[in-house]
Amino acid sequence: MAVNFNEMLKGDERRVDSRTIYVGHRPCSASEPFIPPKFCDNRIVSSKYTVWNFLPKNLFEQFRRIANFYFLIIFLVQVIVDTPTSPVTSGLPLCFVITVTAIKQGYEDWLRHKADNEVNKYPVTVLENGLRLRKESEKIKVGDVLEVEEEETFPCDLILLRSSRDDDTCFVTTASLDGESNHKTHYTVPDIEKDLESLSATLECEQPQPDLYKSLGPENLLLKGATLKNTEKVCGVAIYTGMETKMALNYQGKSQKRSAVEKSINAFLLVYLCILLSKALVCTTLKYLWQSKPGQDEPWYNEKTQKVRDTNLYLKMFTDFLSFMVLFNFIIPVSMYVTVEMQKFLGSFFITWDKDFFDPEIKEGALVNTSDLNEELGQVEYVFTDKTGTLTQNNMEFIECCIDGFQYKHRDVNSEVDGFCVTDGPVNSLKEKAGREREELFLRALCLCHTVQVKESPEGFIASSPDEVALVKGAMRYGFTFLGLESKAMKILNRSHEIEVYDLLHVLNFDPVRRRMSVIVKCKSGDIVLFCKGADSSIFPRVRQEEVEPIRVHVERNAKEGYRTLCVAYKLLGTEEYARVDAALREARLALQGREEKLMAVYNEVETGMSLIGATAVEDRLQEEAAETMQALQGAGIKIWVLTGDKMETAKSTCFACRLFQMTTELLELTVRTLDEGGRKREERLHELLLEYHKKAVQDAPSVENSISGNWSVTSHEYGFIIDGATLSMVLNSTDSNSSHYRTLFLQICQNCTAVLCCRMAPLQKAQIVKLVKNSKGSPITLSIGDGANDVSMILEAHVGIGIKGKEGRQAVRNSDYAIPKLKHLKKLLLAHGHLYYVRIAHLVQYFFYKNLCFILPQFLYQFFCGHSQQPLYDAAYLTMYNICFTSMPILAYSLLEQHISIQALLSNAPLYREIRKNAMLRWRPFLYWTLLGVFHGLVFFFGVRCLFRNSALQDDGQVYGNWSYGTIVFTVLVFTVTLKLALDTRHWTWINHFVIWGSLAFYVLFSFFWGGIIWPFLRQQRMYFVFATMLSSLSAWLVIIVLIVLSLLPEILLAVFRKPFTPFTQQRNPVESNVGAVPSPLSSTRPLLMRTFTDESNTVI
Amino acid sequence: MVKEENESPNRPDNTAFTQQRLPAWQPMLSAGIVIPGFVLIGLAFIGIGVALLITSRNIQVLELDYTGTEQNSPCFQCSDPDQQDCVCTLQFSINSLFEGPVFFYYGLSNYFQNYRRYGVSRDDGQLYGDLSYFKEPYDQCEPYRFDRNKRPIVPCGSVANCIAVYTFRLFQIVNGQQKEVPLDGKGIAWWTDYNIKFRNPTVTPLRNAFNSTAKPLFWPRPAYELDPSDPANNGFINQDFLVWMRRAALPDFRKLYRRITEGDYANGLPAGNYSLEIAYNYPVLSFSGRKMVVFSNVSWMGGKNEFLGIAYLVIGTLCVVMSVVMLIVYAKFKFPEED
Repeated sequence: MAVNFNEMLKGDERRVDSRTIYVGHRPCSASEPFIPPKFCDNRIVSSKYTVWNFLPKNLFEQFRRIANFYFLIIFLVQVIVDTPTSPVTSGLPLCFVITVTAIKQGYEDWLRHKADNEVNKYPVTVLENGLRLRKESEKIKVGDVLEVEEEETFPCDLILLRSSRDDDTCFVTTASLDGESNHKTHYTVPDIEKDLESLSATLECEQPQPDLYKSLGPENLLLKGATLKNTEKVCGVAIYTGMETKMALNYQGKSQKRSAVEKSINAFLLVYLCILLSKALVCTTLKYLWQSKPGQDEPWYNEKTQKVRDTNLYLKMFTDFLSFMVLFNFIIPVSMYVTVEMQKFLGSFFITWDKDFFDPEIKEGALVNTSDLNEELGQVEYVFTDKTGTLTQNNMEFIECCIDGFQYKHRDVNSEVDGFCVTDGPVNSLKEKAGREREELFLRALCLCHTVQVKESPEGFIASSPDEVALVKGAMRYGFTFLGLESKAMKILNRSHEIEVYDLLHVLNFDPVRRRMSVIVKCKSGDIVLFCKGADSSIFPRVRQEEVEPIRVHVERNAKEGYRTLCVAYKLLGTEEYARVDAALREARLALQGREEKLMAVYNEVETGMSLIGATAVEDRLQEEAAETMQALQGAGIKIWVLTGDKMETAKSTCFACRLFQMTTELLELTVRTLDEGGRKREERLHELLLEYHKKAVQDAPSVENSISGNWSVTSHEYGFIIDGATLSMVLNSTDSNSSHYRTLFLQICQNCTAVLCCRMAPLQKAQIVKLVKNSKGSPITLSIGDGANDVSMILEAHVGIGIKGKEGRQAVRNSDYAIPKLKHLKKLLLAHGHLYYVRIAHLVQYFFYKNLCFILPQFLYQFFCGHSQQPLYDAAYLTMYNICFTSMPILAYSLLEQHISIQALLSNAPLYREIRKNAMLRWRPFLYWTLLGVFHGLVFFFGVRCLFRNSALQDDGQVYGNWSYGTIVFTVLVFTVTLKLALDTRHWTWINHFVIWGSLAFYVLFSFFWGGIIWPFLRQQRMYFVFATMLSSLSAWLVIIVLIVLSLLPEILLAVFRKPFTPFTQQRNPVESNVGAVPSPLSSTRPLLMRTFTDESNTVI
Repeated sequence: MVKEENESPNRPDNTAFTQQRLPAWQPMLSAGIVIPGFVLIGLAFIGIGVALLITSRNIQVLELDYTGTEQNSPCFQCSDPDQQDCVCTLQFSINSLFEGPVFFYYGLSNYFQNYRRYGVSRDDGQLYGDLSYFKEPYDQCEPYRFDRNKRPIVPCGSVANCIAVYTFRLFQIVNGQQKEVPLDGKGIAWWTDYNIKFRNPTVTPLRNAFNSTAKPLFWPRPAYELDPSDPANNGFINQDFLVWMRRAALPDFRKLYRRITEGDYANGLPAGNYSLEIAYNYPVLSFSGRKMVVFSNVSWMGGKNEFLGIAYLVIGTLCVVMSVVMLIVYAKFKFPEED
């Protein structure tokens, strides 16, 4: 006997978008020829390479990077054209870079391979022709019938056919998919043959789709990656395998975020490329000008080969140009990319290692998902924060409720557990009570209308939303205990300690658009009741209006006190009505296309005409140190926007609690309420209000520049801005021509407010706001922080996305760039880590360009003294090793360890963060400074030695030095100067810095001895033989090296000294401050925020 | 509590390194260090500068240009490139004792020994005495790699080819008689050059090693006959050759020719008249170069060069001045704040 699932899909015409699966590979009917359909196998491939294609593929990918490609071109030019330096000089560094990157990528891929193999080789049980076969997971084909035991994860997406439980259900957790640890119930396909061996059926289902977050599939679909719980074993047929499973489809790389520093690097690179090109051009031109003078082109002592003479003049010019390019190409250093990558990669470990980020509750520390954005943490100008779970703990506590307009407040927690009693529990006076029946109806509603599950050991409740647990616990306190859900029957222990059983017929799940959820249950009496709970705005329009008013008062009062409110309503369903609803729900659930929309429509239809019973108030406490963190961030000049889906009143009170709004703050409100006030059309009112606020906050306020310099606190006023979702969409999407005008007005107002609150936001609107600010003038760096799935969109949109390892699953964490356990960690992450990373990498980048400029400039100048013949000044070994060995380690150590200001001081002195705002260290001015410094050093090195070589007899035996001695002296001065320059910049000398800086110099000296001490058999020219040693035997050489180093560093020291007088104060005072410590930073808490920033700032900036 | 903390596997290590708390020295360039430091450095530099300047001033230098572009120059006739084996004589006088040891340099200007293609046109394999390179010289030696008869040139390349084969003879004129000043050709090249870097093939007699090779085109004699007077100074370890092979850094250069250390002249050249006999065989006018000879004595710092002394003096003075300026700045701005 066969069950044909096709029946389930009747009426669905769009067959193209569905696939047919033969259960157990058995054809459905003998008449149809059985053609096994082709589906992909169950191998998960997250790795990029195989052993065979690793080399070509990886090389191809690497050379797609512009920089690598450029170096490859240089290398090829060196191989093909007769160039001054051997191909080794650029080939070796390039090779090194490519190898290091390849090793890193290879290792990462190896890890992926390992992870893949673990999944792919996992043994599974396949039922085939009545036999139970053990197979490797990767051998599963679509249509296989699999058996999965308890605690195993599903190897592919399955349709549940049989469960060992009597009620044809099974429980799964999807913790590894979305982090929700609650048990979800799934059902077997109804009306199915128990004997799976003889089952012959076909199954039609949607083509694979990645909508993991929309819903976790229909209730008989078991997803790969989920774990079977509480069920001995289940059988199911594989429908999506391998890369077509929902998990694999959801596993996609996020779009890569690029940091502002990287953009600066690219801009600087362009400048240097121009310098390089112009140098080569100048030299080529001068060469041919010089050669045009008689006797210069081909003096008798230097005749050309016949081949060279015959070459076309323009071709010669071109090859000369290329040769100069090659000679000067070191100005764009290959190794900078490696160093920057290494700095980012290694540097990010300090975040993971930081024990201040460790949260003993969840036993986890910070998580770094990308190391590309470390420095961006030091550049944040706007923080967009979620409220629930981020500013607040998402640790809900039932505070009070109101039933039919009567307030019940459970004051005395110490009284007996079921102390909720009409006579002594409520706060309100005794006369005003709702009827006992209403009370019990309300409490039953609380007990039934949820998706909470009972956990046996340790006792407790599990739910995807902590509100629900709080409500169930609240009901328990008042005498109604939810005992659990067993085979679709919900059990409740009521006040008189009797067990009531309700059949759970349907759950109308919560979703953020509807903002409510419902259950349909059948009482013992046979009545079918729909219980619904949800946000006031979504419930009030759906209940009888006369019931609303008394409850609205309570809801608004509660919201003002900062509680989260939910309204509870119910509706009796007649038998026919239920039958209709039931049919509609079933049909919608089986729909292959547009299931979501159809379900939504049914839900909306059912949840009408209800009657309101009451409302609940749940408190969500502030996160630890939320206020301090917010204050510190504001002190650091960061604007904070709260984006929440919550009600305005609740959100506003949270903002006050976090001290985002102060009592003195003037609130500018742009919400549906203020729009309705004037009694005119909303659009007109919006226009009017926008203009009014704009005048207040923007035109009358002092300019932003003033505010930075610190004198704003005295004169001007603080503004806070509040807008809600509906108004925001009016502002952003208004149809008339004003739309862009409104947008600018809105942005300008917001930018002049100290804090902005956006409430009633849909997830997409959150992202919209972030995008709006991100693309505004000056493109400020934005940071989003959130903990829930509804924050994912804004986390992905912002420059830096931060996930909080909160209670609402792990989706935010998985999509974030950095994840921290608590909001309070944000302070250290930005003020200390971000600041340091920015300073480190900015210095790294500038230093790299500088050191290569003063490296190559003497080589360029030398062309004027050697007939523009592309004669290298330095030996090839020096050219190659300069960036790889002699000067790379000190800057790497610096860029990992430098703390120009101690972490303590950074944390206690938030305004320091402002000093590096707007990419301060990588703008054109500092770049120009470093460039000029490089030019100055290059000139000093070259002409200093040039003056010395007016008489090349430098020893007391009268012997003369040659060109390689010249180059070696310049190079020695160069290596010492750039290393000592870094030493001068180093504020924080750990033993590693000492080791690396002095070690590099020692290595240079040792290497030079070694390189010049041996006749190298593989070299055709022994240029450097004993050059270095002979140089050291000359006193004049020593003296010139010393004087040139001192001369080069003199301006630096002077500058440092003249800049310094002020910094000792901040640096010396702060440790003292923090040591006194017992009075926790006296400046921060007692004094008003603005005063504090002003006075503290005056210490540092002046 | 502590135990509990240790049990957690995710807990980050609490080490100074991971917590970025490594003990660190935080040097401050404060005025207290910088001002005395500058004064010290400045004074030291001034001291060194003075010493250098005095030393340099004490060095005697006599430069004689003999290019012969001027009509009245004794070498005017020889400067005609068509002249072969021309000898000219330069007369000069020394007023006071030219203290010894006196170093005798020849100088060339506008001669680009540092030209790249010129510079690479040599074969260090040959010069190391490796016979395998005698047959097949380094290809960079073109066009001085093989002669017209396809015989390999040893030593090959431009540098060796156009060696300035000079012969100078210096006479003191005593009572109208020419008294030859002995010139010492030893120790004019780097020790490592003639002992290690350059070697003759281990073939005796040396000339056999050069069988079936050609001498460089411009050479009058093959390599093994460079110094007829001293058989040990032949081949690739001929010191004149070595001096020439060390390329000059700049187009105006001088190279050591001889030292005057022997006989009556060990203490220097006494005052008097001298004549210098020059075998003029190196045309430079085609590339507007100049030729000269230089007599100089040296000090511990080498030849005469006032640059170093001046540089030290200037920078030393700068340091002292800056420290004074800093002192004033500090006196003005810092001290009131401390009250």
